[in-house]
Amino acid sequence: MGLPDSSQDLSTEMEVDAFRRIFPLRFFERHLSESLRPDARPLGKARDTIVNPGLVSTADGSALAKIGSTTMLAAIRMEVMTPSTDSPDEGCIALEFHMPPICSPTVRPGRPADAAPVISKRLSDTILSSGMIDLKELCLVSGKAAWMGYLDIYCLNADGALFDAALLSAVAAFSNLEIPVVALNDNGRIVAISGGKDEDNASIIEKKAVNKEKRKLTLKNIPFSLTCILHKKYILADPTTEEESIMDTLVTVVLDSSDQMVSLYKSGGTVLAYSSAVKSCVELARKRAKELKQILGEMDID
Amino acid sequence: MEIDREDGRTPNQLRPLACSRNILHRPHGSASWSQGDTKVLAAVYGPKAGTKKNENAEKACFEVIWKPKTGQIGKVEKEYEMIMKRTIQSICVLTVNPNTTTSVIIQVVHDDGSLLPCAINAACAALVDAGIPMKHLAVAICCCLADNGYVVLDPNKLEEKKMSAFAYLVFPNTTLSVLPEGSSVADGEPVEHGIITSVTHGVMSVDDYFLCVENGCAAAASLSAFFRKNFQQSQRDSSKAG
Repeated sequence: MGLPDSSQDLSTEMEVDAFRRIFPLRFFERHLSESLRPDARPLGKARDTIVNPGLVSTADGSALAKIGSTTMLAAIRMEVMTPSTDSPDEGCIALEFHMPPICSPTVRPGRPADAAPVISKRLSDTILSSGMIDLKELCLVSGKAAWMGYLDIYCLNADGALFDAALLSAVAAFSNLEIPVVALNDNGRIVAISGGKDEDNASIIEKKAVNKEKRKLTLKNIPFSLTCILHKKYILADPTTEEESIMDTLVTVVLDSSDQMVSLYKSGGTVLAYSSAVKSCVELARKRAKELKQILGEMDID
Repeated sequence: MEIDREDGRTPNQLRPLACSRNILHRPHGSASWSQGDTKVLAAVYGPKAGTKKNENAEKACFEVIWKPKTGQIGKVEKEYEMIMKRTIQSICVLTVNPNTTTSVIIQVVHDDGSLLPCAINAACAALVDAGIPMKHLAVAICCCLADNGYVVLDPNKLEEKKMSAFAYLVFPNTTLSVLPEGSSVADGEPVEHGIITSVTHGVMSVDDYFLCVENGCAAAASLSAFFRKNFQQSQRDSSKAG
């Protein structure tokens, strides 16, 4: 057989970088048999994660999340709108995930990346179904005015595990969000109060039950996600782009703070997921959820 | 405590299935699949020469085009296209026709719940009709979780909206083997219990998810039997005609 023999012959003479490019699967399997990955991580460990809140001063809430090299910037802008008649007491959230050409050599301007609308939909499904945000908190005047949150997530560097990083940046942006102060003016319309001009404050009616100071949303059941690769007997947590391109079976588990499963997403892939593999992925996701909870907790204190 | 379903089905009962193949003449393969009132048409064109830009030229490439019944194509359709493309790629033998593209077009005729599983089943039937080489079929089922913890299979649209959570599960079909050992086993579990694709909506506990998988597996076995019977029937009919 051509390929296996030739790789054995050349492997002693070839440079590591060349071997990595020409026989990527063999390169990775050599590492996996020692329970390691090329970047010296053990199989179940995720990359270093950093969350920086409040970077975008013009937005009402923002956060930058980095998992390894994958970088996501999330920003929320709040606007007042009239709620729909089916749910007069609820606001709404519009989520958009963008993959600009800066993030990856495969993304070109003018042609949106294949993954972008899919990740966008998965994120909005996850955030809405996890119940992290109570839409009733976004209501201002029942039936007349409610907050609409435009959450935009920009991928600045796509190096694998895009969904995990995007979800983390969205959650961090929501916990950083401060709802602007508004009041109801004479015409019955909501106006924003900026700073404190005395004549404006005097002319505004005794604040018809709208917020007096910038408030934060209460977040319950925060979702945390972990993407794993299944390859033969191995389960690799938090893959990089290189690993994702070679081994195509990805499982994303999203757990919330009360250990309920918000989503288990496996989309095709050569390896079938048996219950044992799914259980191991859920275990890894639990550990990761604890780590992320701690990271978000540290961020809030700052 | 039993669940009362509006149409009188038991929780594990599927809606009446109907599958017809070779219904369109221009595509190389076509099928229509209906589960109760949900009906989907699938057409397969291919293999055609050449692959798309970012795809691996040493393997066959698949593209899925999803056409909803009404409205413009949005993120929902793009997500379905990506899920179906990856599922089809995992069941087809990609090395037989390298550097080719096979298109699968899905047209939703009526949506009454459990739409994505219906489309995956229709696509499999159409791929068989077109003669695309596959390792096994993908059998798709929707499992819902009711508030009292019961698993309800193959819901219609009203049931899907009422339920607290649901999962679309895709399994490989059961094998009918002439070997005395029966179906092949990997890791101590039969191959049919492996999940090809799983998409969940709504919050459920981990144990509930495994309960859905168990029930889905059992239903997949009866769906596999339906596929087999349907294909053998049309095989007999065509051999009589030809």
